Amino acid sequence: MLKFDGVHTHYGNIEALKGIDIKINQGEIVTLIGANGAGKTTTLMTLMGIPQASKGTVTFEGEDITHKATDKIVSNGIAVSPEGRRIFPRMTVYENLQMGAITTKPEYFDADLKKVLGLFPRLEERIDQRGGTLSGGEQQMLAIGRALMARPRLLLMDEPSLGLAPLVVRQIFEIIKEINEQGMTVFLVEQNAFHALKLAHRGYVLVNGEVTMSGTGEELLASSEVRAAYLEGGH
Amino acid sequence: MEYFLQQLINGLSLGAIYGLIAIGYTMVYGIIGMINFAHGEVYMIGAFVSMITFLVLTMLGGIWLPAALLIALIMAMVFTCIWGWTVERLAYRPLRGSFRLAPLISAIGMSIFLQNLVQVLQGARVKPMQPLISGGFELMEHDGFTVTLSYLQIFIIILTIVLMTVFTLIINKTSLGRAQRATEQDRTMAALIGVNVDRTISTTFVMGAALAAVAGLMVTLYYGVIDFYIGFLAGMKAFTAAVLGGIGSLPGAMLGGLLIGLIEAFWSGYFTIEYKDVAVFSILVLVLVFRPTGLLGKPEIEKV
Ligand SMILES: Nc1ncnc2c1ncn2[C@@H]1O[C@H](COP(=O)(O)OP(=O)(O)OP(=O)(O)O)[C@@H](O)[C@H]1O
Ligand SMILES: [Mg+2]
Repeated sequence: MLKFDGVHTHYGNIEALKGIDIKINQGEIVTLIGANGAGKTTTLMTLMGIPQASKGTVTFEGEDITHKATDKIVSNGIAVSPEGRRIFPRMTVYENLQMGAITTKPEYFDADLKKVLGLFPRLEERIDQRGGTLSGGEQQMLAIGRALMARPRLLLMDEPSLGLAPLVVRQIFEIIKEINEQGMTVFLVEQNAFHALKLAHRGYVLVNGEVTMSGTGEELLASSEVRAAYLEGGH
Repeated sequence: MEYFLQQLINGLSLGAIYGLIAIGYTMVYGIIGMINFAHGEVYMIGAFVSMITFLVLTMLGGIWLPAALLIALIMAMVFTCIWGWTVERLAYRPLRGSFRLAPLISAIGMSIFLQNLVQVLQGARVKPMQPLISGGFELMEHDGFTVTLSYLQIFIIILTIVLMTVFTLIINKTSLGRAQRATEQDRTMAALIGVNVDRTISTTFVMGAALAAVAGLMVTLYYGVIDFYIGFLAGMKAFTAAVLGGIGSLPGAMLGGLLIGLIEAFWSGYFTIEYKDVAVFSILVLVLVFRPTGLLGKPEIEKV
């Protein structure tokens, strides 16, 4: 479904991705783990075209999207719940969800909204509240909900568990599992490597802009290098 | 009392014109965080195009007044929208992401170019025109002083109210308005949900230009004289109005415009007409010292 082929990405002179190869199959949850500054967010953003890869290609469902405009990539069926949530602060919860749906047909809206509010009842209670005044966890739910409103075939999530209470993290991971079982492919970036690898079908380990390891979730969880680097101190 | 009322009416009409121009500044500032210094010229083009249209229509043997107004308005909007779009394309878009002053400098360059172009094409002398809409209501008379509300002033005020309503609805209720607000609040995220950011920014310039065209038409009708330089002073005043009302705020721009119009009218009415611009800009300084976010611009309390 999605393929990175020798992708390099630069920020000015800094080379943040140094030729990475990643493959995601239809229906999978694939996770990307790595230390701070390894290039995880850059990988997701390169896929969205901000910034575009300086070398290599990104292919989605057989189409080369390396140099496509971001809004066209979204229309192709990819949505993102980004690092830092990036809720529109001066829009209400409802308007934020409306914004998520701008690339879809209007007739889907009511049913999709109901589905998203079903997943996150908390958002329904706060439907007219401004995004900027939500709590961190509520903002995270809204970011995921907004991405789901786009009816993506591929959902990108950048650290959805960051800063959340363990109970909420578990809820969010439950929801990821649920939407995946309904057929959505998920590309998940996580610091929380233990949970992510337990949930994911496959995973990649990114170190300094290079993929150093890949395998199924269990394989990576069992690997001593991964345990030493990312799972130290438990979970 | 009568004199006061008359200045109030004059000030409000003038203020409506400033307010319409100010909205263009405030919308563009809202979406790209920069002042469009070529915006005053948009209004100047609007004034010239509507005057030329009126002259041509009169030469062709006259035409029913509402139709003439409509044709002039459409012509003015077409030209100003093209100009607004061009400014964004040439002065702002290529320089997006370079240092902050670069687009301002290129925009000032473009407005100097346009002023000179109009000067070459139309000459530097002021252009007069016969009043098209004359007459009005005499509201009251006292000691030989008559308070009049002219038909033209009614036209200006009603058209302004209609346009304000339409624009407020567009911004608050349509998907275009939501795309504009999303781009304003987080441009990268707007792109990530599928907003065509470039097109949204272009549309914003064009919308502001359309309102300035209306202001240009109004000023042509109101004063009957224009020259290639009117864009500069009106632009500065409208910019002042936008800042006074709180830059980025649509109702603020209108409020600022009305206040500037009133200050100007009362100052010229009660003190001296020479220093009316000094009065306007002094108020700006005072507001910026005591309330830097303007009257309606409030610092947002946000968790991001
Ligand atoms: N806009 C930018 N300009 C310059 N350098 C950048 C920019 N964004 C990221 N980088 C650099 O690129 C590298 C990869 O950053 P990235 O955000 O992809 O890391 P990450 O793996 O997501 O880290 P974290 O876990 O902290 O979110 C870092 O060294 C970072 O400093
Ligand atoms: Mg990151």
